[in-house]
Amino acid sequence: MAAANHTVVTDPHWLYGKLTLDSVPYHDPILVTTFSVVVLGSLGLLGALTYYGRWKYLWDEWFTSVDHKKIGIMYIFTSIIMLLRGFSDAMLMRSHQAIAVASESGAGYLPPEHYDQIFTAHGVIMIFFVAMPLIVGLMNIVVPLQIGARDVAFPFLNSLSFWLFVAAALMLNISLFLGEFAATGWLAYPPLSGIEYSPWVGVDYWLWSLQISGIGTLMTGINFVVTIIRMRAPGVTLMKMPVFTWTSLCANVLIVVSFPILTVCITLLTLDRYIGTHFFTGDMGGNQMMYVNLIWAWGHPEVYILILPAFGIFSEITATFSRKRLFGYNSLVYATACIMLFSFVVWLHHFFTMGAGANVNAFFGIATMIISIPTGVKLFNWLFTMYKGRVEYSSPMWWTVAFFLTFAIGGMTGVMLAIPAANYVFHNSLFLVAHFHNVIIGGVLFGYFAGLTYWWPKATGFTLDERMGKWACGLWTVGFFLAFMPLYVLGFMGMTRRLNYYENPVWNNWLLVAGLGAIVILLGISVQLYQLVASIRDQSKNRDLTGDPWGGRTLEWSISSPPPFYNFAKVPQVRDRDHWADMKQHGLAWRKPDSYAPIHMPSNTWAGVVVSAFAMLMGMAMVWHVWWAAIIGTIGMFASFFVYNWKKNDGYYVDTATIEALEAQHYANIELAKRKRDEVDQDVAEEGLAISI
Amino acid sequence: MIEISLSVFSASVIARLFRSGTLLVLCASLSGCNYLLFDPKGPIAQEQMEIIIFSVAVMLIVVIPVMVMGVWFPIQFRASNKNAEYRPNWEHSNKIEAIVWAIPIAIIVTLGWITYVSSHSLDPRVPIEADEPTMVVQVVALDWKWLFIYPEYGIATVNEMAMPVDTPVEFLITSATVMNSFFIPNLGTQIYAMSGMENRVHLMASQRGSYLGFSANYSGFGFSGMKFQAIASEREDFNDWVAEVKASGQSLDDERYTQLTEKSRDVAPMYFTLENPLLFSDIIESYTGGFNGGS
Repeated sequence: MAAANHTVVTDPHWLYGKLTLDSVPYHDPILVTTFSVVVLGSLGLLGALTYYGRWKYLWDEWFTSVDHKKIGIMYIFTSIIMLLRGFSDAMLMRSHQAIAVASESGAGYLPPEHYDQIFTAHGVIMIFFVAMPLIVGLMNIVVPLQIGARDVAFPFLNSLSFWLFVAAALMLNISLFLGEFAATGWLAYPPLSGIEYSPWVGVDYWLWSLQISGIGTLMTGINFVVTIIRMRAPGVTLMKMPVFTWTSLCANVLIVVSFPILTVCITLLTLDRYIGTHFFTGDMGGNQMMYVNLIWAWGHPEVYILILPAFGIFSEITATFSRKRLFGYNSLVYATACIMLFSFVVWLHHFFTMGAGANVNAFFGIATMIISIPTGVKLFNWLFTMYKGRVEYSSPMWWTVAFFLTFAIGGMTGVMLAIPAANYVFHNSLFLVAHFHNVIIGGVLFGYFAGLTYWWPKATGFTLDERMGKWACGLWTVGFFLAFMPLYVLGFMGMTRRLNYYENPVWNNWLLVAGLGAIVILLGISVQLYQLVASIRDQSKNRDLTGDPWGGRTLEWSISSPPPFYNFAKVPQVRDRDHWADMKQHGLAWRKPDSYAPIHMPSNTWAGVVVSAFAMLMGMAMVWHVWWAAIIGTIGMFASFFVYNWKKNDGYYVDTATIEALEAQHYANIELAKRKRDEVDQDVAEEGLAISI
Repeated sequence: MIEISLSVFSASVIARLFRSGTLLVLCASLSGCNYLLFDPKGPIAQEQMEIIIFSVAVMLIVVIPVMVMGVWFPIQFRASNKNAEYRPNWEHSNKIEAIVWAIPIAIIVTLGWITYVSSHSLDPRVPIEADEPTMVVQVVALDWKWLFIYPEYGIATVNEMAMPVDTPVEFLITSATVMNSFFIPNLGTQIYAMSGMENRVHLMASQRGSYLGFSANYSGFGFSGMKFQAIASEREDFNDWVAEVKASGQSLDDERYTQLTEKSRDVAPMYFTLENPLLFSDIIESYTGGFNGGS
């Protein structure tokens, strides 16, 4: 993030484009230190991998894998790394604003040239590189298992989506040490993001990393829509799908419909910047308002792409830990579908202050409010799922209750913002910032953390430490309220967002409280990291032998943890919405089938990694205007894609002996778990497993 | 239009209650005037504050029960409480479904009605009715300062503007740089400043004072210092201010204007006499060129 000192090269050199020695921010001590740590850490990691000879294992078992469960784990791993980066940005901003009173007296410690890149990067990272991969990872792990499928519809496409996302994430991180990142705000409104006002490479990093990861996301959307529509096991009718699968379906429909808008929108901005078109510049008939409309026509559905699956997670968890069927399943499904449809007719509420007419504003305001009706209904459905249940306070349930309390507030402030007349004073204030953090942390993130804890044993075969999970939830919740309630107050005080310095000492106390909240959240994240390390270390103690550690209700809990690579030895015949709970109730669970048949599975492939590596070369070369490298990247990308697709990819058959062996191990584990349980408590081992139902 | 919407509010018993009692208490407790949104100095901001408070009150009807149930249900129906009723297969109740759909719908119908009415009454384009005639002030967002042009008085200022109290002001707003948002919280409604386009907002100060105005839309590195003072005073004081600006002797000719468009941060107020009465429309046309991109 070199600041003001760089030279803007307007005439790129044929060999190295806009790259100069200036592009490396060697004069910035913060960045040099960070860079050294990152490089040393990476070298250490690479060295260790080489020393222990793990490269082949990584390549064969992970990088080239088309197994949706492994891809899911890799998505989640990457998103956790990016969460740390995005949160570091948040800490920088909170600490900066906490000490930045008055421009004369030093103005915090970050100049606007640096600070403005930080808030841009924070938003971009948290939405595109934390929330999206986290939920795509969870959907990867869970959706095929919930519908009784053996993989997603297009396994190679899935691998490609993941590696494109990795390429984009790498590009974004490289921008920290080579050049700059956009300083435009996370949605890069023109004219500010145009070549005239942002002449260097920051916005180009933004464009190409979003373009590449956006294409990956679009392919994920197509993949999951087809998977859910076409690959359900017999008996899984639409209205018998678990709610998480339903919400994932709706989210992926939204991806398929909305991401092309993003692709087109940033392509037009790319053309404006690279070849001097005038789609969004003021002159030659261009119009900046068109960009704002397009970006939000994608941006608003994006919000629901994030929150709908979280609603699904809460539905699964509330039912499981209330030991009860989900209340109002139909209502929840219809509410989800309503939200999906309505999310496309509300985008204008992001810019009521642009000057549209009264009727236009009223239409979008009321449409926005209407969304709060099905959302409110969902909250009531979860509450009435607990009603007359037997609620067990496991850590996923903690996150869920924390969500009920925070989301109710976030929903209310959302409706306040939806009234155009009120929005005229709230727009762009910290009230708005508080609102969307309220719904994205309290709703999206708490949901994903709940889901991560809930499905972790399914993906890995052992549970996370419960005590630390509860501590993390407590710290996050307290930290959230401390960090963001002051922002509502500051919004009422008229403090606007993205301020680098201010002269109002009254704000300072509230910003100090907000800074304190960020520190509490930091503690929460530290506990979560320790929870991961400790749980992995103690995995032999936390092993999930049965595949059903929580007394689950849906299909994914009927197989071992982690599931065999083919998921289901026999494709299940589903009778009930809560199929697994129903099986357990009728004593049909945990039964070993008499025989197995060979299973057809897709082969691993190098193509995802290679295509994405070329895509990244293309992206980096375009950012730096190194045309020859961009051409190589583009050709390589398409060539490797076609080479892979022209070859025969018939997959392979898993023979019955392999299946027999893996399944025998699973049933032996179940017996082992049974014996352990019997030793602990004779009384509760009445039928099947004590923990069931 | 303002009158219409106010009568809509006074028709509502809740709103009347708020106006008489709670609102006053709340305002008293919040004042110290740090809370700009609860410290209205004009009719627009006043009505906006009422809408905000009213909407919160209505929504609390559903938010409070949700939060209470969110705590009460998991405690009452905790696994260890064997006295609580347990119905593992209970998953539907028409009565509950009807209630949980009806209450949010009722609230949203109420708020939707408020939304419709207030979108019209507080439409930034709608003139404010008052005894005094409306005054026009043209506003140009520059990097990173505000230029105010008073075509009727032949003056222009930077980062300071003045208006007489109880006189409606029509702000015509454009930008000679990136997108900004023109906002004086004590007076209400903000609106975007965009190059090549003219936006407008009607505001009025009903109390004397100097109010903070700023850009509410991030516009680059100097954004944080893009502030101005909006001075509302009696007509005579305003006239004195105009005279003072005129007396500054600085003329805003093309050269001076070009200087102003250059990037500068934390700019102190400047006074000018206006050379070109069509400066504002010239600035807009410099962006639209031969293509009239709309206004």
